[in-house]
Amino acid sequence: MGKIVKVSGPLVVATGMQDANMSDVVRVGEQRLIGEILNMTGDSASIQVYEETSGIGPGAEVVTTGTPLSVELGPGLLENIYDGIQRPLEGIMKVCGANIKRGVEVPALDREKKWDFVATAKVGDQVVGGDVIGTVQETSSTVHKIMVPIGMKGTISSITSGSFTVADVVATLTTEKGEKKDLTMMQKWPVRVGRPYKKKYPPHIPLSTGQRVIDTMFPVAKGGTAAIPGPFGSGKTVMQHALAKWSDVDLVVYIGCGERGNEMTDVLREFPELTDPRTGKSLMERTVLIANTSDMPVAAREASIYTGITIAEYYRDMGYSVAVIADSTSRWAEALREMSGRLEEMPGEEGYPAYLTSRLAQFYERAGQVVCLGSDGRMGALSAIGAVSPQGGDISEPVTQATLRIVKVFWGLDSSLAYRRHFPAINWLNSYSLYRDRLEPWFAEHVSPKWMEYTGRCLKTLQLEDSLNEIVKLVGVDALSAEDRLTLESARSIREDFLQQNAFEDEDCYTALDKQYCMMGLVFAFEDKARRAIAEGANIDKLAELPVRERIGRFKSVPYAAYKTEAEKITAEMTEQLNGLVQEAKV
Amino acid sequence: MKFQRIFVPPQSDGMEINMIREYKTIEEVAGPLMLVKQVEGVKYDELGEIQLPNGEVRRCRVLEVNGRNVLVQLFESSAGLNLAESKVRFTGHGVELPVSEHMLGRVFNGMGEAIDEGAPIIPDKSLDINGTPINPAARFYPSEFIQTGVSTIDGLNTLVRGQKLPIFSGSGLPHANLAAQIARQAKVRGSDSKFAVVFAAIGITFEEADFFISDFKKTGAIDRTVLFINLASDAAIERISTPRMALTAAEYLAFECDMHVLVIMTDITNYAEALREVSAARKEVPGRRGYPGYLYTDLATMYERAGRKMGSEGSITMIPILSMPEDDKTHPIPDLTGYITEGQIILSREMYRKGYMPPMDVLPSLSRLKDKGIGAGKTREDHAGTMNQLFSSYARGKEAKELMVVLGEAALTPLDRLYAKFADAFEQEYVNQGFYENRTIEQTLELGWKLLSILPRSEMKRINPALVAKYWPKETD
Repeated sequence: MGKIVKVSGPLVVATGMQDANMSDVVRVGEQRLIGEILNMTGDSASIQVYEETSGIGPGAEVVTTGTPLSVELGPGLLENIYDGIQRPLEGIMKVCGANIKRGVEVPALDREKKWDFVATAKVGDQVVGGDVIGTVQETSSTVHKIMVPIGMKGTISSITSGSFTVADVVATLTTEKGEKKDLTMMQKWPVRVGRPYKKKYPPHIPLSTGQRVIDTMFPVAKGGTAAIPGPFGSGKTVMQHALAKWSDVDLVVYIGCGERGNEMTDVLREFPELTDPRTGKSLMERTVLIANTSDMPVAAREASIYTGITIAEYYRDMGYSVAVIADSTSRWAEALREMSGRLEEMPGEEGYPAYLTSRLAQFYERAGQVVCLGSDGRMGALSAIGAVSPQGGDISEPVTQATLRIVKVFWGLDSSLAYRRHFPAINWLNSYSLYRDRLEPWFAEHVSPKWMEYTGRCLKTLQLEDSLNEIVKLVGVDALSAEDRLTLESARSIREDFLQQNAFEDEDCYTALDKQYCMMGLVFAFEDKARRAIAEGANIDKLAELPVRERIGRFKSVPYAAYKTEAEKITAEMTEQLNGLVQEAKV
Repeated sequence: MKFQRIFVPPQSDGMEINMIREYKTIEEVAGPLMLVKQVEGVKYDELGEIQLPNGEVRRCRVLEVNGRNVLVQLFESSAGLNLAESKVRFTGHGVELPVSEHMLGRVFNGMGEAIDEGAPIIPDKSLDINGTPINPAARFYPSEFIQTGVSTIDGLNTLVRGQKLPIFSGSGLPHANLAAQIARQAKVRGSDSKFAVVFAAIGITFEEADFFISDFKKTGAIDRTVLFINLASDAAIERISTPRMALTAAEYLAFECDMHVLVIMTDITNYAEALREVSAARKEVPGRRGYPGYLYTDLATMYERAGRKMGSEGSITMIPILSMPEDDKTHPIPDLTGYITEGQIILSREMYRKGYMPPMDVLPSLSRLKDKGIGAGKTREDHAGTMNQLFSSYARGKEAKELMVVLGEAALTPLDRLYAKFADAFEQEYVNQGFYENRTIEQTLELGWKLLSILPRSEMKRINPALVAKYWPKETD
C-alpha cells in the first residue's frame, strides 16, 4: 500500500509502492479511483488515473490490485455500451443518474443475468485453450462460443447444459497434473496484450461495405486496416457510422474515442432501429459500443482503443469476422501526448511522445485474418478502421503520417468535396488501397470478371477529368474536342450518379456489390454508345442533355429487387435516344 | 508554518476536511502562477483564497500538489500581491457557483459575483463549476427544430435544441449582430415552454458587451437572461472561469428548473489565449501555435455540456462565437472547436464587403444535426431535398462564376451561365436578409424554390421528383 506524494491532473505519483508491478491497476484515494502504473522508480510509481482527480491530495492511500488493466469477456458484451475501461454506461446510469460520478463500480458483465449454456463438448474430451466447449445464444443473430481460456489444457471432467450466470461454473477441467480447474462463461484478458492465434494469413476477401466509392475503387479486405483522415465537417463520422452499419462482418466494435457525446447517443438510439441486411435482425445485436466522449477523463481515452480491440479479438477467436471502428485515433494520440507531457518525457514531433508510431503500429497490427486457437482450425478476421482528425486538415502532421505508414488503405476526405455536398467526400485522386490486386480474384469469381476493368476505368476517367479540367481553366470548355467533352461528361456521371451516396436515404445508404457493378455498367454503356454517336456526328451539347441521363442519375434510389429490369429499360432508352440524335445529325 | 485562524468550512459534497489553515508561505509568483510551500492536506483542484495586506481577497485554484508544495493558478491579477504579507487559505472544495432561479435578469462578473445593483442572491445551492460528464447513454439525441428566422440557418444549417453550433467569425465582422438576431428570434414552433438566455462575455470590449445588453433590454429578453461579463479590461486569467460559471448557471436552469437555455459565449479566442498564458507560465510542452496540447480536451469539457438528458425537460443549446485569427479556419482554436461542435456557421469577409448581411459563408457552414431536425412533421417534407439542391447548385454556380472571371462569360456553357445567375440571386435574396428580418421556415423554403426555378427543372437531381412536381413554382414552368 502506498501514499500519494504528488497530483498533477490525471497523473498521480505515490511512494511505498514496492509491492506493485509495472502496469498494475491501482485504486487511488478514498473514492477508490481506478488508475494504472506507467513508470516505477525505486518505490515510487507514476500512475495515470482514469477518473477526475479533483479532491485527491498527498497522503491518500494507493492500493495495487496486482493485475494489469483487463477486460471481462463473456456473454453480455453485445448490445452494451461501455466507457474506456469497460464500465457499462447503462449500469452507471442506474447507479448515479444522467451524469457520471467518480469511483462508481459496476461489473462489466451482468452478474445476475442467466444465459442458456448448451454444452458441445463431452466429459472425457481432451481440450486445449481456444477449444469451444459450449454455446450461448447471446443475441438472436449471434451465437457466443464459450472457449477454454488460453493457456489451459486438460480433460473435461464435468460439463452441464442449463441456465447459468457468467460467474457460475459450467464445466471443470482436469489438467495433466491432476488439478481441477473450474470453467465459467467469463474470462479476463489484459487489454494491452494481443490475444494469441495459431497463424496469420494475408487477407484475400473484401470487406464489402455497401459504400460504392470504397467497394469499387478503394476496397478494404477482411482482416485489413484502413484509415480515414479528414478535416472537420468532411464527413468522417457519417462515414464511420455507415461502415459500422453496413459492413459485411459478423460483429462490430465501435469505439468513440474523445468524440461528441451526441454521436454515441445517435448510434445507441439508431442502431436498434436498423436492420442488418444480412441477417434481417437489428444492427445493435451485432454491435459493442465503447464510448469515451470528449468530456470524459482523458486517461481512459488512452485505454479505450485497447479495450475495444481486445473485445474484438475475443469474438475473432470464436471464428467471426469482426470490424473495429475507432473514431478518432487522433484523440487517443492526444491523450498519449498529455500523459507524456505530465511525465516530463522528452517530446518528439509536435509534442507527441517518441513512441507514438510504435503504439499505433501495435494497435493496427492486432488486425488480421487468422487461424484461431483451438483444435478445429476455424478462421477469424479482425479488420481495423481508424478515423484520424488531422489538425487544420493538414495530413503532414505526425498522427496521420504515422498511421499511413501502417495501414494499407487510405481514404482521404476532402473538405472541398464536402462543401459541394459530394458525400462520401473521399478524394479519388489521393486515396489508395493496396488490397486491390489481392482482392481481384474474389471479385472476378463472386461479382463479375469485369469488376477490375470497370473500377480501373472509373479511376482512369476521373484522373483524365482532372487533367482536362486544367485545360478548361486555361482556355474554356469550348476548346475541347467533342471526345474530350464526352470524357468530362462521363466523369461527371461517375461522380454524381455513382460515387455520390446519401447515407441518410433508405435505398441509397447501402448498395449491394452486384448493383454497384450494374451502376458502373450503365455509366460506361452510355459513354461507349455516346462515343459511337459522336463519331457519327451527334451534337455533344444535346447529348449531354438527353433525358436518359436523368434516369441514370436516379438509378441509385431504385430498390434492389427492381434494379435489373430498370437497368434494361434504361439501356433500351439510351440506345433509342442516342440513335435519335444521330438521325437528327444526318438530317 | 503560521496558523492564523481555524474555523469550520461550509459543508461541501466531495471534499470534507475539518480544518482550514492559512499560510503565509508564498514562495514565488510568476505571471498567473503562484507557489506556496509547507502546506498540509491540500487537494488537487481545490479553491484557495489569497488575502492581501489591505484586506482584499483574491481567488486561486490548485494546479499541482507535490509533497508539501502547491502550485496554484490565480483567477485574478497578481498585481499588489506581497509575498511576505499575503495569506493563502484553502477552502476544501473546488470552485463553486451559488445558483438560484433569481439569477435571471442579473449581471455577474467573470467569477460569478453579482455586479449590478440588485439585491444579494440567496442561493438555492452551490455547484462545482467544472460540472460532470454527461453519460452518453443518458442523452437524448437533439431533434427539435429551432426556427431562428435566418434563412441560411433554418434552411441550410438547421439548428436544433441541445446543439452546439459555433459562429466562426473574424475581427470586424458582425457576428454580434447575428448572435443577437438568433437570441431575439429563436423559437421552437408550437411550444411555449420556459426559455432563458445565458450570456458569457469573455474578454470582449465594453462596446460589444453593451450592444448585447442593450439589445436584450430593447426586446425585453433581459428578464430571461443571466449575464456573465468579463471585459477586455478585466484580468485575463478570470476568463478561464467565466465560461464555466455561465455553463454552470445554464445547467442549473436547464436541468433543474427545466428551462430551454440558449448559451451565447463570446469570444472563445480570448479564453484560449488565457489558457495558453497559464500553460506557458507552467513551461508545458506546447502544441500547435503555442496552445497547450490539452486545448481540445479543455474546450470539449465546456462544449459537451450542451445537450438534452434524461430526467429533465430542459436543454442547453450553445452558440459559442470565436474570431479566427487572420480568418484562418485551420488555426487551432476554430479547428479544435470544429472537431467538437456539431457544425459551424462561418462568416465571410467577401460577403461582408459585398454588403450581404448576415455575411454567411454558405458552403463551408454546416449543421451536423440538421438531418434529424427537418422533414415532414418537423419542418416540411421538401426541406432535405431543397437543402441539398441549393447547396450543390450554389457550389456549381460559384465555380462557374470563378471560371467566368478568368475566361469571360462567353466561355461558359448555357447551363453554367444559368448556374452563375442562380448563385448571384441566391446571395442577394437568400443570404442577404438583414439582421432584422424574421422569416418563417415556409418563407425560407418558398424562397428556395423560387431561386431554384432559375435553373432547368431537369437539374433538380437531388430532390424527389414527386416533391418537385408538388412544389415547383407554377408560373415559371
